Amino acid sequence: MKKILIYLEPNKEVLKRTSYELISAAKILSEQLNIGFLGVLVNGTESQVKSAGEYGLTEVIMVNNAILNDYSLTSYAKVISETAKSSDCDILLFAGNASGLELAPRVAAKLSAGYISDCIALESAGGQITAKKPVYAGKAVITSKIKTETQVFALRPNVFTAVKTSTTDVAIKNLEIYITQEDVKSKVVSLTKNEGKLDVLEADIIVSGGRGIKAPENYNLIELLADSFGAAVGASRAVVDAGWRPHTEQVGQTGKTVSPSLYVACGISGAIQHLAGMSTSKIILAINKDKDAPIFKVADYGIVGDLFAVIPKLSEKIHEFKK
Amino acid sequence: MNILVCISRVPDTTTRVIVGADGKSIDNSGVKYILNPYDEYAVEEGLRLREKNGGIVTAVTVGNDTGKEILRTVLAMGVDKAMIVKTDSLYDSFFVANNLAEVAKSLNPDIILLGKQSIDFDSLQVPSILAELLGLPSVSVVTGLTIEGTDVKAEREIEGGKEVVETSLPCIISTQKGLNDPRYPKLPDIMKAKSKPIEEINAIESEPRISVIGMEIPSKKRLGKILTDSDEDINELVKLLHEEAKII
Repeated sequence: MKKILIYLEPNKEVLKRTSYELISAAKILSEQLNIGFLGVLVNGTESQVKSAGEYGLTEVIMVNNAILNDYSLTSYAKVISETAKSSDCDILLFAGNASGLELAPRVAAKLSAGYISDCIALESAGGQITAKKPVYAGKAVITSKIKTETQVFALRPNVFTAVKTSTTDVAIKNLEIYITQEDVKSKVVSLTKNEGKLDVLEADIIVSGGRGIKAPENYNLIELLADSFGAAVGASRAVVDAGWRPHTEQVGQTGKTVSPSLYVACGISGAIQHLAGMSTSKIILAINKDKDAPIFKVADYGIVGDLFAVIPKLSEKIHEFKK
Repeated sequence: MNILVCISRVPDTTTRVIVGADGKSIDNSGVKYILNPYDEYAVEEGLRLREKNGGIVTAVTVGNDTGKEILRTVLAMGVDKAMIVKTDSLYDSFFVANNLAEVAKSLNPDIILLGKQSIDFDSLQVPSILAELLGLPSVSVVTGLTIEGTDVKAEREIEGGKEVVETSLPCIISTQKGLNDPRYPKLPDIMKAKSKPIEEINAIESEPRISVIGMEIPSKKRLGKILTDSDEDINELVKLLHEEAKII
């Protein structure tokens, strides 16, 4: 193995949190494998590069080109694979987010590389990287390794810890890659943020409601509790299929897979499909009136009680506590 | 319009996963298999495109003979032609994408639709790898699609919002819940589908790029502190969330 390349993604003046998670994961791998690691940043800024230094990155390849101003999957895939080749990197790390999960397989295909997505742990022994990844919606975990020389991994967000180090100086290397409009086969033309609403994929705390909420208008209780925690609102499949909540909020096998610091399940029985989407949460709190509900088997904390009585009280106590 | 839909056969969502005797794959006994739920949106979208623009919808799957079951399901939904790329070997995403690419080259479709992921390995790899192998544009995790002439506008989910991607035919779209409401096949169509032909071709074998070392059932130790709904217990919970879990 030669070198690790990390795909860095900008977020305003700094980088996305997932990029720092990748840097920290790469740092550990590089020490174990005794190889170097560097980042690639497309049309980035100096402040973004500088922020990477706070996590111990020492080298960034910057690719700047006006054609890359509008995000295009096909041109970005070309840029990253060309960067890997020209900088002699054979281990590539991507965030397992919306953009990474589209880019990484394309880059892997371009480099004739094996690719493991949704990694929740990377280990290296005897110069070989092994990756753990959930399968069957998290009901099982497989450990696997890549047999090709070039290896691509996408890391599940919020699982690897971003660790600040003593700030390092980051050497910037500018790289020119030949890109034309021909490489832009698709292009992002607009981006709408869910105004004022925290997304379950980005939230550190999630409060979800299930069938126990009984009617869509009662969801204000879930919102109340979410508000006191500063949490995002999630939903079980039952309430999404009933049309009470949008599918963007659905957590579970045919919804989103999340691993927040705290997951609060209110009136959710804990069907296997739901557990699949949230079982890697760091702490799970369940509120359910049925003491035998399966959700309590995976809960760190549980309250057996009527959510209509419990939520207002709990929400008030948290507000009081925070003051 | 020439529409290709790629589908896969996966364990039902209610399956309890047990590790098989080899220690690295699922124990198949008693497992019920279904059409991958995300592929239903792909099939439905293919059928709607045909209803609007005319043309034919071909469904293809890669796997052993059991894959014919899901081909019968989508024939009953209204797909015109069904194909199976046969293999008995264990395969990875590159193997599947390679074989789908061969089928696509022979059929030359205007659009290829696939579910955003199959709910067995949950890898989200095949649509993008296939696109790269064919040199085509692709949009993943699509919840809205409009096609006019060869202009394609696809809406996709991203963290905290949505983005709209413009591209053109031919292209590859991977489908997400929310794109449409898949139809249920009607009983007479299910009966008719049983006797429809399924074209069989042999897979092109290739060296797997991934090797699985082991499979385990995750068992994160949970604290399991179950409280009542009394005021004292709710106070206790807030205290635990602060002192023990360090969340608030």
